[in-house]
This record gives sequence, C-alpha cells and structure tokens, in this order.
Amino acid sequence: MKSLSRRSALKLGISGAAMLAAINPALALVKITVTGGNFTPLPIAIPNFASSNPAFGQQMSDIVRSNLKGSGLFSLIDTSSLPQNVGNISANPDFSIWRATGADAVVMGQVENTGQIEGSVRVWDTQAAEQVVGKSYASNSSGSRRIAHQISDAIYTSLTGEGGYFDTRIVFVAETGPKANRTKRLAIMDLDGSNLQYLTSGKTLALTPRFSANGKLLTYLNFDNGLPRVYLLDLASGRQQSIGNFGQMTFSPRFSPDGRSLVFSVEQGGATNLYAMAIGSNKPSQLTSGSAIDTGASYSPDGQKIAFESDRGGSQQIYIMGAGGGGAQRISYGKGSYSTPVFSPKGDLIAFTRQSGGQFHVGTMKPDGSSERILVSSFHAEGPSWAPNGRVIMFFKDPGGNSGPQLYSVDVWGRNEQKIQTPTFASDPAWSPLLS
Amino acid sequence: MNIKTLSASFFRIFAMLALVVFVSACARTPATDLNAGGTAAAGSQQEFLVTVGDRVFFETGSSVISATGQQTLDKQAAWLSRYSNYRIMIEGHADERGTREYNIALGARRAAAVVNYLISRGVSSTRITSKSFGKERPVAVCNDISCWSQNRRSVTVVN
Repeated sequence: MKSLSRRSALKLGISGAAMLAAINPALALVKITVTGGNFTPLPIAIPNFASSNPAFGQQMSDIVRSNLKGSGLFSLIDTSSLPQNVGNISANPDFSIWRATGADAVVMGQVENTGQIEGSVRVWDTQAAEQVVGKSYASNSSGSRRIAHQISDAIYTSLTGEGGYFDTRIVFVAETGPKANRTKRLAIMDLDGSNLQYLTSGKTLALTPRFSANGKLLTYLNFDNGLPRVYLLDLASGRQQSIGNFGQMTFSPRFSPDGRSLVFSVEQGGATNLYAMAIGSNKPSQLTSGSAIDTGASYSPDGQKIAFESDRGGSQQIYIMGAGGGGAQRISYGKGSYSTPVFSPKGDLIAFTRQSGGQFHVGTMKPDGSSERILVSSFHAEGPSWAPNGRVIMFFKDPGGNSGPQLYSVDVWGRNEQKIQTPTFASDPAWSPLLS
Repeated sequence: MNIKTLSASFFRIFAMLALVVFVSACARTPATDLNAGGTAAAGSQQEFLVTVGDRVFFETGSSVISATGQQTLDKQAAWLSRYSNYRIMIEGHADERGTREYNIALGARRAAAVVNYLISRGVSSTRITSKSFGKERPVAVCNDISCWSQNRRSVTVVN
C-alpha cells in the first residue's frame, strides 16, 4: 500500500474525521494524526524571502510565517536552524537536507519593491520530493501586505486543499464610551488589523454589518432618527442609505448569495417577521407570519434555503425553510436556546449561538441539525461569522459589567481560539470574501 | 478541622467577600434623581417621573406586564388623561443576557405590550410612538441579576 504523505494527511484531516473514515477506514494512523486533541500541525520551513532588499524580504516572509502559524495548522521550523537562511525560487531544493530539519514542506519566496511590488512563491513537499504550487503576484507600491497575504493563501491552499482566508477584511462594530451610553460605529480593517478605517460617524448606533458576496456592499442596522432601519453601504464610495421604511422597525439584514436581494426582519406591533426584497425594488415580500419573533435569517450558499431563529415554540430555536417562505422545520433540539444561525460558505455547516446553563456557546451543526459541536463556551459569546473557506469562525466575547466585547476566532474543530486585536471594544464581526 | 470543612469555610468567606465587592462594584444609574423632585410642578415632566414613575420591569425573556407594572401604567394613563397636551414615546429594552438581534425584537415586543395596555386604559394611540433599543442602552451595569432586572424595562418618555 502506498504510504500517505503527511501533507495528504493534513488535507484529509481538514476535511474532517467522518469523511476520512468514509474514504478509507484502514488509514487509522492518519486518523490519529488529524483528529481531536491529537492533531499535529504540519512542520513547515520558510527561509526569508530572497530580495534585492533583504530587509523587505524578511518583512514579507515574517508576515507569511505569522499568518500560517496563526492558522494553527502549521508549525514553523525555527529559521535560525534552517540549512539556508534565504530562499531561492530558481533551484530545486535538496530534499534530503530539508527532510532532516523535520519539515514536511518548504517554502521558497522572492519579493521585490521597485515602484511596484512583485512576489513569487514555490511550495515543495519534502516527502514526495515535488513542487506543490508555484505562483507569482504583483501590485502597486501600497500593496505589499496584501501580496504577503496572497502568498500565505497560496501556501495554505496548496497544503490543506481548502481555500485561504488571509487576504480578507473584517467589518465590526467599534464600541467606545460608558456602557450605558456607548458609541457603536462600523469599522473596517484587514484581517491582520492594519488599514483600519471607520465607516459610520458614531452619531447613531450602527450594528450587525454583513458583506455582500462580492465584498463591495455592506448591509447593517442603523438607528436612523432613533428607529432601527436596515441600511446599505457602498464601500468604494462610502455612500449609505436606508432600504426604505417598512413596519415599525427593520433589522437583522443579510444578503442573498447572488447579492441582488436582502432578507431582513420587520417588526410591527411587537411581532417580528421575515421579509425578502430585491435591492432597489422597494417591494418586500413576506416570508413568515404570526406573532412570534422571527429573526437572524441566513441564506444557504445555493440560495435555496433560509436558516433563521424563532421563538414560535416558546424559546429561541433554529428553523430552516425554503427561500420563498413556508414549511419551516425546527433543527435545534439541545438544551437551552439557539440563535444567530449562519450558513457556512461551503454549505456544510450552520454556525450558531446557544445559551444554556447560564453560559453562551458558539457552535456548529449540519443543516439538518445533526452533529452539533460546541466550539467555545463563555460568560457571553455571540455572533459567529464565517471565513470565506468555511473552516474558521469569528465571533465576539463580552466579560460583562463595565468592560466590553472583543473579537475572537476559532477553527471548526474548536481549536486555535485567538483574540483579534482591535483598538477599541469590538462586536459583530463580519468576515469579507477573499479580496482577490 | 479536616480539609473539606476548611475549604468549605474558606469558600464561605470568599463568597462573602465576593458579594461585598460585587455590590460595591455595581454601578447603577438611577432611574430618576428622586431628591431633585421635591417641588415638581403639577403637570410637568418632572412630576411624571417622580410621582407617576416612567418605567416598568419585565421577567427574563418575557413581555408580560406584572401587577406592579400595571399599577404604574394605570397611573401613567390617569396622568396622561389629565395632561392631554403630552405625547409619549415608549422605549423597550432588554438585558444583556441575550443575543443582539433577538433583544431588539424583544424590546419591541415589550414596548408593544405597554402601548396596548395604555390604549386599553384610554390613552389615544395617536399620542403614542414606540421603539426598541434592545440591549444597547442598559441603565444598570454589573454582572448579576440585580442589574439585569433593572435593564429589562420599558420607559415612557413624555414630551
């Protein structure tokens, strides 16, 4: 039997243990490697990138190393112990020397900053002694960090078989001031925290931002003249406008996968129901009816279904219905209440917030409600948003009292929880699609 | 004293200390400054705040108006029928132990319950508007039920 390289093992591990078992139950060794607490990050060697400006080469390779280490899927071999301090993209590596460092993969890069930024990367599998991927990138002079993120995505994708997520941005609610009268405004930053900009003035409460599928528009809740209203924001122009006044309040908006319509909640007389509306049509169509609270709607990636939360049965639970409304089926059945369902971009999982036992939890379940997995438990955790590859989730935790919320990420296996640095308290993260 | 009783008494002392710290750390914004209301003019907004009461409280997740809440709203309705030049805005609020969007809807449901009750007591619907702040505007800030119960409220703002 041909032995499976550890790189292949990583790929299978990312796909999940269940799928692995389906592929070949005999691969027990691999299963041990990649499941649960026994997961072993893939050892990878990244010498500094070659450059006519060595400081720039080091700076770019530092960003890449930081990204890959931060994913939790790779362990970086100490650069001081590498047989070669600076990479060479022109030559085939001597695989026996690289295998001796313990590296299963070695990354060679070259970057130049001469008016425009150029970057090339080659990823080699030291066990199979072959190239995994080779790519080149270019951008204008301000794009060096993005080139480093694109290189990181190429490495991540080549070794895991999953899409990347480093070349992305995060929109969130930046919170400042005393808790009883807190200013909440939208801010956008690169995933690594750089290039932060504020998108709303802070004069009104702005909450629950969500990206359109192409990353160019946001929809969010703005307390326009004190009343919650769904807004659209064009990121290129900064233009912001209400989608129209329907009912007493409109809130909890989210784009359809094709970006042409929105689903949102309309409150009237204490009842909250779901509506969908083609953007610009000014004609919302009602999807749910009754006196319950129906909110937190999220389309499946194929646009055929909507997951939402409703207290129609007494407590908040997650339901699934057709995108045209009707035939809602409850899918959450654990103890406590469930809310904020969000379909993964891959469509294989729904992330949610669960409250039980005096705690908040962020978890995932399959769209039929099976295979529930709690990823994080905390005094207060809420509001999951998916990375474009469907393998990492961002959310916020709040310790309560006079303190405030902070953003965190965790992978779908419940590993590698990390705090996302923001200059202020931050809530309601929205993860953009890949920028390119 | 064995280890078990030692740790039990330790826990009691710690719990007492924790309670003291908690209470003192619990910064409450008073609903109204009662001391300032000694000479509220009849028919003034201050009189409404001081002698009628501008808010009612709710149980966790509930929009049912309690007997105490009904008494407050009865007084509000009587005051509003006497001073018919005022319009009112009902603000619905939720505590922080819920998710953001649901709490906006829950605040609206509480506001609607108050609006309906006031209408049933003779206040014209044309004088009433309402909105929800969800959990975004707490009045009491701490990590226990003493604060959460003050934040699950509706507030009647006269203007």
